[in-house]
Amino acid sequence: MIQAIAFYFFATIVVASAVMVIMSRNPVHSVLWLIMTFFNAAGLMVLVGAEFIAMLLVIVYVGAVAVLFLFVVMMLDIDFAAMREGFIRNVPLGLAIAAILLAELLLAVGAYSAGGIQLGAPDGSAMQAADTSNIEALGALLYGRYIVLFEIAGIILLVAMIGAIVLTFQPPKPGARARQDVGKQNRRRPEDATIMKNPEIGQGIEL
Amino acid sequence: MISAGGIGIEHYLTVGAILFVLGVLGIFLNRKNVIVILMAVELILLAVNINLVAFSAFMQDLVGQIFAMLVLTVAAAEAAIGLAILVIYFRGRGSIAVDDINRMKG
Repeated sequence: MIQAIAFYFFATIVVASAVMVIMSRNPVHSVLWLIMTFFNAAGLMVLVGAEFIAMLLVIVYVGAVAVLFLFVVMMLDIDFAAMREGFIRNVPLGLAIAAILLAELLLAVGAYSAGGIQLGAPDGSAMQAADTSNIEALGALLYGRYIVLFEIAGIILLVAMIGAIVLTFQPPKPGARARQDVGKQNRRRPEDATIMKNPEIGQGIEL
Repeated sequence: MISAGGIGIEHYLTVGAILFVLGVLGIFLNRKNVIVILMAVELILLAVNINLVAFSAFMQDLVGQIFAMLVLTVAAAEAAIGLAILVIYFRGRGSIAVDDINRMKG
């Protein structure tokens, strides 16, 4: 009973906050509703025992992606009211396509629950053993059979990181500020930079 | 694990389907605002992840969760690159309206 209550609680909040993400007037509110959606989706995943993916959703999405969105929304100086002027005009077409999509997907779900098309069962080689935790089983699979996929995912993240840096890097404008010249700094010797003087008492020195 | 408390895989698939449709609707409704479009894409990817995890859990096969992690990776990379492109576009044009993005006449 508690499972059903928890499921309907999380599912309702997921759907409601997803509606708010796309309907909010202010994109900052959209981002905050997106965080809400991800939190409750993580709750849904905990319910079926996928704890690691749930924690990953919270850490990666709420901690990184949503904050990135928040930074960009707040950094760009945009007139968001002007952005919404096509909103009402697009509602009929959007709702029509959404209704068709939803009907199709629910038809597929209904057909699946009525038996579905048999495509073969999992061979059981990737089953979570009863005495291991979710993260332990996932780790064994990820660092064993799927190590290549794991490394490719790392390369994708590296490329994305370098790409984001290269895209947003601004070379300094000429004449704005002197740039550091490491070679010139390293070529500089103490003999060039310092002089010894022994002035007479009561006299200054000319440099 | 299967249908504890009367909750089966169909319930999860329905939530995923509704979330997916809301993402598509968001793209249609906010045609001018690239930021909200990117958020709608994140919603669609979340729907995909819910489906993958639901099948993984109900079929007792962990490969679905591995796949969900890879989807998560790509979604994070996509958000980072998309927002970086958005920032440099705004820097050059002073606006992010989708209607203005026609310079390349593709």
